[in-house]
Amino acid sequence: MPATLSTVSYIGATILFILSLGGLSNPETSRRGNWFGIVGMAIAVLATIFGRRLLGTAEVPIVTANGYAYIVGAMAVGATIGLFAARIVKMTQMPELVAIMHSLVGFAACTIGFASFIDTSAVFPTAAEHSIHIMEIYIGVLIGAVTFTGSVIAFGKLSGKIGGKPMLLPGRHLLNLAGLIVVIWFGYQFLQAGSIQAGMLPLIVMTVIALLFGVHMVMAIGGADMPVVISMLNSYSGWAAAATGFMLSNDLLIVVGALVGSSGAILSYIMCRAMNRNFISVIAGGFGTGGGAAAKPGTAPAGEVTPISAVETAELLREAKNVIIVPGYGMAVAQAQHSVYEITKLLREKGVNVRFGIHPVAGRMPGHMNVLLAEAKVPYDIVLEMDELNEDFPNTDVAMVIGANDIVNPSAQEDPTSPIAGMPVLEVWKAKTSIVMKRSMASGYAGVDNPLFYKENNRMLFGDAKKMLDEVYSALKG
Amino acid sequence: MREIMPQTIGIPKETYAGEKRVATAPEVVEKLIKLGFAVTVESGAGDGASFFDDAYAAAGAKIAKSAAEVWSSSNIVFKVRAPDAAEVALMKEGTTLISFIWPAQNPALMKSLAARKVTVLAMDSVPRMSRAQKMDALSSMGNIAGYRAVIEAAHHFGRFFTGQITAAGKMPPAKVFIIGAGVAGLAAIGAASGLGAIVRANDTRPEVGDQVKSMGAEFVGVDYQEEGTGTGGYAKVMSEGFQKAQRAVFAKQAKEVDIIITTALIPGKPAPKLITAEMVQSMHPGSVIVDLAAEQGGNCELTEPGKVVVKHGVTIIGYTDLPSRLAKQSSTLYATNLLRLTEELCKTKDGVINVNMEDEVIRGATVIKNGEITWPPPAPKLSAAPPAAAKPAAAAPVPEKKKKSGGGMVVFAGLAVALFALIGLYAPPAFIGHFTVFVLAVFVGYMVVWNVTPALHTPLMSVTNAISSIITIGALLQVAPPAAEGRPEELIRWIAVVGVALTSINMFGGFAVTRRMLMMFRK
Repeated sequence: MPATLSTVSYIGATILFILSLGGLSNPETSRRGNWFGIVGMAIAVLATIFGRRLLGTAEVPIVTANGYAYIVGAMAVGATIGLFAARIVKMTQMPELVAIMHSLVGFAACTIGFASFIDTSAVFPTAAEHSIHIMEIYIGVLIGAVTFTGSVIAFGKLSGKIGGKPMLLPGRHLLNLAGLIVVIWFGYQFLQAGSIQAGMLPLIVMTVIALLFGVHMVMAIGGADMPVVISMLNSYSGWAAAATGFMLSNDLLIVVGALVGSSGAILSYIMCRAMNRNFISVIAGGFGTGGGAAAKPGTAPAGEVTPISAVETAELLREAKNVIIVPGYGMAVAQAQHSVYEITKLLREKGVNVRFGIHPVAGRMPGHMNVLLAEAKVPYDIVLEMDELNEDFPNTDVAMVIGANDIVNPSAQEDPTSPIAGMPVLEVWKAKTSIVMKRSMASGYAGVDNPLFYKENNRMLFGDAKKMLDEVYSALKG
Repeated sequence: MREIMPQTIGIPKETYAGEKRVATAPEVVEKLIKLGFAVTVESGAGDGASFFDDAYAAAGAKIAKSAAEVWSSSNIVFKVRAPDAAEVALMKEGTTLISFIWPAQNPALMKSLAARKVTVLAMDSVPRMSRAQKMDALSSMGNIAGYRAVIEAAHHFGRFFTGQITAAGKMPPAKVFIIGAGVAGLAAIGAASGLGAIVRANDTRPEVGDQVKSMGAEFVGVDYQEEGTGTGGYAKVMSEGFQKAQRAVFAKQAKEVDIIITTALIPGKPAPKLITAEMVQSMHPGSVIVDLAAEQGGNCELTEPGKVVVKHGVTIIGYTDLPSRLAKQSSTLYATNLLRLTEELCKTKDGVINVNMEDEVIRGATVIKNGEITWPPPAPKLSAAPPAAAKPAAAAPVPEKKKKSGGGMVVFAGLAVALFALIGLYAPPAFIGHFTVFVLAVFVGYMVVWNVTPALHTPLMSVTNAISSIITIGALLQVAPPAAEGRPEELIRWIAVVGVALTSINMFGGFAVTRRMLMMFRK
C-alpha cells in the first residue's frame, strides 16, 4: 500500500468517525453511526498495519512484517477481553465500564509516550522541532497519566469500591498549584536534558505527580458530579490521543483525538449547565465543591412526611389520567426498570397517559436513565427531557419519583443558600400528588435535605424500589 | 421537670335540635389515643351518625353516662356546633374547646366563654392556607352541603335531571344554576352534572371560572369590571354597580333554569340577597331553589331558614343542617379535621396540647386564650404573596451571570489570540500543519456533538470512548518500525504490544457495548 493510499485511507477513516459522532445524535441514525465508527476504525488500523510512509525520500513500511504476529496476538487478547466485558456488563454498570475503559486509553498514552521517548531513531532537521517533539511527549504522558488514575478512581467511586463523598485535602488548591509548578519546572529540565538517561528522571517524576493529581482530582469530586466527571475523562482521553498524534506526527490521531476531546468537553459543558455548575471549576477538579460545602448547614425543613402503601399508590395511579415518572439512581440500584415498564404498560393499556421525565444528570452518567429505560423496552418517544415536561406538572395527577432526590429538590428554586440553588429541577411538587419512592429518609448525593418530602401533596413510599414497584404492579393488576 | 399527665379529650353528644353529627369517629379515636390522649365519649353521642357506643369502646374510648361527666373529666372538648348556654355553664376553668364558633355572629357567646376562663379554637377560623387545608372543616362541610343540596333539589324536583328520549316522549334535561363556586358550589356542580343536568355557575371571583369549567359546568360571568377576591381567597362585598349588573344576569337565568342553588357567603357578613321575590316569581312552576346560605339569612329573599316552603309555585329549601343529613360522612370528615388540628397542637405526641400562638394556623384558629378574647387574628399572609415575591429574587441572578460569562468570553478570546500569536511566531512549519488540523477537528467535534439528544448521551460517550482507542495507531507505529541504529527494539516492541492489547479492549468492547445499547432504543 503506497504512502499516499495510507494517507487517503486516514482521511476516509476521519470522515467515518465524524459521521459516526453525528449519527449518534439521533436515535434513528444511531445504529448506523456505530457502524461508521467500526468501519472507520478498521480502515485506520489496516491502513496503519499495511501502509507505508515517507522517510526522507524513500517509502518504508509503517509496520514491518515481523511485527504482525505481535499485533495479531495483542489484538486477539484485547478483543477477547473487550467483547466479553461488553457482553456481560449490566446496563446499570455502564458508567463503571466506560470509566475503566477511559483509563486504558490514558495508560496507553503513557506507554506510547515513554516508548517514543526512548526511541532514538527519530531525527529532526531543526532544534526547535526536536524541542516541540520533547514537549509533546511530556504533555502526552501528562494527560495520559491524569486520565489513567482519574478514570481508575472514577471507576472505584462508581462501583462503590471507594466512598462517593468528596475527599477534600486541606490546602488542596495549593497542593495542585505546587504540583503544577513542579511539573513545569521538571518540564524545563526535561527540555534541557541532552540524553535519554538525563531526561528519564524528570519524565518519571512528572508522571508520578500526574498520577497523583489524577487521583486527587477525582477524589475531590462528589458523587453528584459523577456524570460530569465521566464525560470530562472522556474528553481527557481524547486530548491524550491528540497529544500522542502530535508526538508521532500522525494527523489521524490528532483529528480523532480532537474530535473525542471536544465532544467530551461539550458533553461535560451540557452536564454542568444542567446542574448549574461552573464548567471550568469541574474541569479543573473539584474547585466547584468548595462553595457548596461551605453553604451546607442550612435549616432542615420541618414538618411531617406522609407515608403511603403500595396498594394506595396503585389506587392513585389507577384513578390518574396523567402520570409522570421521574427515575433516578435508586431505580438503577434496585434494577427496577423492568417493573417500571410493566406498570407503564398496564397503565397505558388502561388509557393513562404515562410519561417519563429525565433530568440531565439523573443517574451516574449522562443519559444513564435513558439507557436503562430502553433496556426495559420503554418506547423512547414517551421518555422526555426535563425542559419538555416541566410545564406539564400542574396538569399531572400523579408524579412518581423512583429513587431520585436532588433532581426533584424544590430548595434548588426556593432556597438561595442551598448548595444546589439554581440547579434546574423537575417540579414534581406541582403535580396534584407526588409519590417519592425511597429506601429511607437519607439525603441525596449532594447531602441536602429535601423539602419535597414534607410537602402537603407528597407521599412517601418507603422500601426497595423494585420490591415496592412489584407490589404496586400486583395491586394494579388485581 | 413536671410530671406529664396525658390529657383527656371529651366528646359530648350534640345538643342542638336535629343535629346528628358527632365530633369524632371510632377510627379517629384510635389515632387520638396513639397521640397519647385519653378519650371520653358521651353515651349515645354517635347514634345519629351510626357510630354506636360499643364501636367507640372497642376503639379505646371511655363511655361517659352524661354530658356533665364528659365536661368535668375532660381537659379538651371536641364539639361540632357552638356550645349552648347550658354547656357553657358546664365548662371548667382551663378547658380547651374546639368546635365551630362563628365569633363574628356570636359576640354574646364569646363573652360568656371568655368569662369561663377557657381556651377556644374555632374550626371556622382556621386560616385558609395550603398547610391548613387538612384542618379546613368549612371545606369538608361545604363539600357535603353542596352534594346534599343537589340531592335535596332532586328530591323536590318533579322531573329527571338527565334528558331522555323514550317511547313515551322526550324529556329535556334539567337546567341547574349555581351561584357561588366555592367548595360547596363546586361540589354541587359535580353532583348535578353527574346526574345529567345542564349546569351553569356564577361567581364574583373571575379566577374560579376555570375550576367551574373543569367540573363540567358553563361559567356565567357578570360583564362588569371589578375584582371580587377578598382576603384569604374568600369573596368580598361588591360595589352597587356590580350588584346591579349581577341582578340582571340572575334575573335572566331565573327565567331559564329549573333549579337554583345559592352558596354565596361573605365571611363575617350576612349573606347577600341575590334572588329577589320577582325572580322567584319568574321561574317555571315546579322549580326548586336550595339556599345554602339560609343560616346566615339566605341568598333568596323568600328563604325561611330551616324550612322547605313553596312560594309562587317554587319550592325553596332553606335547610341549615345539610351536612348533618349526611351525618356519618360529615362526622368522619370533621373528626379527621379535628385530628389533624390536634396533631398540630401536639407535635410532641405525648398527649399534651400546646396552643402555640407563634404558629400561624393555630393563632388564626384560637379565638379565646385562657379567657382572653384573641379574635380577630392579625391579617393572614396572603396566599398569593410568596410567588410574587419569589419571582424577582429568582430573576435577579440571571443578568449577573450573563455579565460574568460575557467577561469570561473576552478573557477567553484574549487568551486564544495570544496563544495563536505565540504559535504563529515561534512554531516550526511542520507543527503549524498539525495544529491547523487539530483546531479544525476541535470545531468539527463541537458542531457535531452540540445537538445530540440527551437520551443518547451514554451511547455517544461509549462510542467516543471506542473511537478514542484510535490511540492504538500510536502503539502500532512502534511495534515494528524499520530497524534503526541504537534503538532498544525489544523494549519498545513489548511496551507497544501492551499498548495495543489494552486499546483493543477498548476498541472492541466499546463498539460492542454501544451496539448492545443501541439495539435497545426503539420507538
